[in-house]
Amino acid sequence: MSISIEQRRQHRLMTIEKSLAKRHRKENAFRRMGLMAVVTGMTLVAILFVSILMRGVPAFWQATFYMDVYFDPEVVQLEPKPERESGESQFAFNERYSQWLTRAGLVNWQTLIDNALEEALGEEVEPRQLRDLRALVTSGERYALRDRFVEDPALLGQTVELKMLASANVDVWIKGNIDRDLPDARQQLSAQTRTWADQLEEQGVISNAFSTSLFLNTDSRSSQASAGLAGAFMGSLFMMVVVIGLSVPLGVSSAIYLEEFAPKNRLTDLIEININNLAAVPSIVFGLLGASIFIGYLRLPLSAPLVGGLVLTLMTLPTIIIATRASLRSIPPSIRQAALGIGASRVQTVFHHVLPLALPGILTGSILGVAQALGETAPLLLIGMNAFVANVPGTPLEQSTALPVQIYLWQGNELRNFFEARTSAAIIVLLGLMLSLNALAIWLRKKFETRW
Amino acid sequence: MSNLALIATLLVMMALAYHLGLTRSRAVAAEHDVRMHSRPGYYGVLVALWCGLPALAIFLLWSFLAPQLIDMLVTQQLPADLVAGLSDRELQTLLRRVTALANEQGVSGGGSPEELAAAGHMARLQTIENFSLVALMAVLVVVGLIFARRRISPNWRARNQVERVIMFALAASSAVAIFTTIGIVLSMLGEALRFFSFISPAEFFFGTVWNPRFSTAGASSQGDFGLLPLLWGTMMVSTIALLVAIPVGLMTAIYMAEYAPPWLRNVAKPVIEILAGIPTIVYGFFALIVVGPFLSSVGDLIGINIRTTSALTAGLVMGIMIIPFVSSLSDDIITQVPKSLRDGALGLGATKSETIRQVVLPAALPGIVGAFLLAASRAIGETMIVVLAAGNNPVLHANPFEAVSTITVTIVNQLTGDMDFASPQSLVAFALGLTLFVITLGLNVIALVVVRKYRQQYE
Repeated sequence: MSISIEQRRQHRLMTIEKSLAKRHRKENAFRRMGLMAVVTGMTLVAILFVSILMRGVPAFWQATFYMDVYFDPEVVQLEPKPERESGESQFAFNERYSQWLTRAGLVNWQTLIDNALEEALGEEVEPRQLRDLRALVTSGERYALRDRFVEDPALLGQTVELKMLASANVDVWIKGNIDRDLPDARQQLSAQTRTWADQLEEQGVISNAFSTSLFLNTDSRSSQASAGLAGAFMGSLFMMVVVIGLSVPLGVSSAIYLEEFAPKNRLTDLIEININNLAAVPSIVFGLLGASIFIGYLRLPLSAPLVGGLVLTLMTLPTIIIATRASLRSIPPSIRQAALGIGASRVQTVFHHVLPLALPGILTGSILGVAQALGETAPLLLIGMNAFVANVPGTPLEQSTALPVQIYLWQGNELRNFFEARTSAAIIVLLGLMLSLNALAIWLRKKFETRW
Repeated sequence: MSNLALIATLLVMMALAYHLGLTRSRAVAAEHDVRMHSRPGYYGVLVALWCGLPALAIFLLWSFLAPQLIDMLVTQQLPADLVAGLSDRELQTLLRRVTALANEQGVSGGGSPEELAAAGHMARLQTIENFSLVALMAVLVVVGLIFARRRISPNWRARNQVERVIMFALAASSAVAIFTTIGIVLSMLGEALRFFSFISPAEFFFGTVWNPRFSTAGASSQGDFGLLPLLWGTMMVSTIALLVAIPVGLMTAIYMAEYAPPWLRNVAKPVIEILAGIPTIVYGFFALIVVGPFLSSVGDLIGINIRTTSALTAGLVMGIMIIPFVSSLSDDIITQVPKSLRDGALGLGATKSETIRQVVLPAALPGIVGAFLLAASRAIGETMIVVLAAGNNPVLHANPFEAVSTITVTIVNQLTGDMDFASPQSLVAFALGLTLFVITLGLNVIALVVVRKYRQQYE
């Protein structure tokens, strides 16, 4: 009837062993799940980067014409560029010069491009096909031609090899970003233009050249192939100057006060809770604040980088305050006690001893905050920075867009198969800037990290 | 003199004052052969402050008040018959034209004789104003400089005074955060109240139809402003996002905190941090170009109609966006659980996963819940991903494969384009913003309280 103690022990061991195997299996499964989560996260991110790089990198090169352009005196019927005569007032000269400029603008520069194309194609183009011909080169190039001539009127009668951007649709066609077998009705270019484009590519007149226009031009509606980021870049730069100039000093001094000097009372508690909450307020709410106070009440101009900078400053402030406070807190009290002990005042202690030690952390936090502000889009849409601006802003009060807003505008462009790549290229530029800022911050932290 | 030049001159004067104060304090010390109360630099700074601050204060006050004063004086000078029939707004426009003329900029259609006369008057006033400002500032600078320099004596407690100014500046800058919050609340409350004078709050908060129409359609067709379809869309997208982000983020955090070898941690942590810094517009574009078409073709394969821009697309990508957020917050919290708890469980023979699931996670639970709440509040306030990928279809439906609209999308839609702050179509953005602010604020406050409680438990 009785099971011996030995048997009981055996039985128990078996149970344990059986359950142990099961538990170990569970352990491994759990561990694998963890690893899978990490891998999943990384994979998703890899997909994001790869898909944007794959689309964006080709857009840094654009279909470009290399053609001999003859500045035909019969087309360019223009008297010599006026020189200032002795005894002529500056005003009179300016008047004469601007009249000359107006007449230069009236010259049919497009004809020069048409002629150059005909030359390259080696055939006369009938007037009814002119439309097809003009679809080849982007429309902004005729102004480039004018500007080039105004700069150097000696070109008259000469033949120069010039670099001209192909139109957006030709770029799409040459790169194969549109299905070549689509019926004519669904193609963006006429059959004639497509044939010409292929012919010119074969002849080497059209080739894929690095697109400087992406960096040097501003956004353009009429000549989409030459739309660039210069205006948006300047807008972002102005905003970042405002953000750095305001949020870093304000944030750091505010953090110093709260961490080092503020008496512990209701008011400072309130400020603390307040800052923590502000850090988590959705960015779009700051946009609403900007629209209602800066634009509605203070009547600051719409679309101005100054207003954008102010909004982003308010948004970044909590980030910088929190980072600075964490950095100040990590400085051991012994430093403060030592300084106070040899007779430094509290202000001296903080500014001469604590702050220099906390500086790397403060710098890291500030850079991260500024990088975050650089990529922010939503609040800028509400203060009108999504307006189309064709100039590079010269001051923070002029109309402008910003890099992330330019991305938003381009992704919505109807010319999808051209602007998809262009947008990705703009994203690569923005990400490049932001990631280098982030990398700088992480490097700074690693370099100056002190363990107390 | 332009403002910039004025400020630059002031700075130069302050530098000069610093130098004068410095040398003077040294001279005084040598003369009396005593030790000064403070070090020479403090006397320099104090003299510079006496020299610069009053002038700066006057400058700020002046640039705020003077234009209004001039506008008032010019308005009084305008011929009565010209002003009589004008509304407030037209008067503003007129003044702006006069200002432009006074600054020698052109205005459309050229100026009328009355406008030109007013512009001349204004230009004269501006010259007087500018001149008197410069004179006043110069007097203040010189008086402050002389006064402060003469007060330098061994007993003058310069350091204490300088420090008091510094303290005041520090405290003032920490008040900016308060003013920001007050600004947010007041501006949104004010505009939202104006909106509620058009549409009753009940209609807004419990309406099930969102169809604002255009403000040009005339006063008779007011449109429907029901919040519920938008709130529903927001909840749907955020829920999908959390369903993606919480499991992946939490498991990542557990793996990072408990299993990963140090080298992997050192590599993966910065990578995750960088991910958290990718702008949301980039995620939005990714959703629109890659994820949407992918989901749509998957749907075709299994016979479900998934739209390219849908709640699912936006939610999925938003989930990817919050993964780093969830994982780094949870990681911090898990590593804060004391080692003794783990050692106790392991010592009783528990496996590592058992320790984590039955000891570490329950102990960290409040903190993790706080992290989830913060993640939820971030998802609710996220804008660009949903603007690009959710499809903007403000209709109540339960199908995640269809397009939806959210609160944030609608704010953007209503406030971009024309900026007419008088129509309910624009003002509704502020009511929506207020709703959003209150929701996220509530989540944050709860989350912060929970996390703080949790921290105290182990401190």
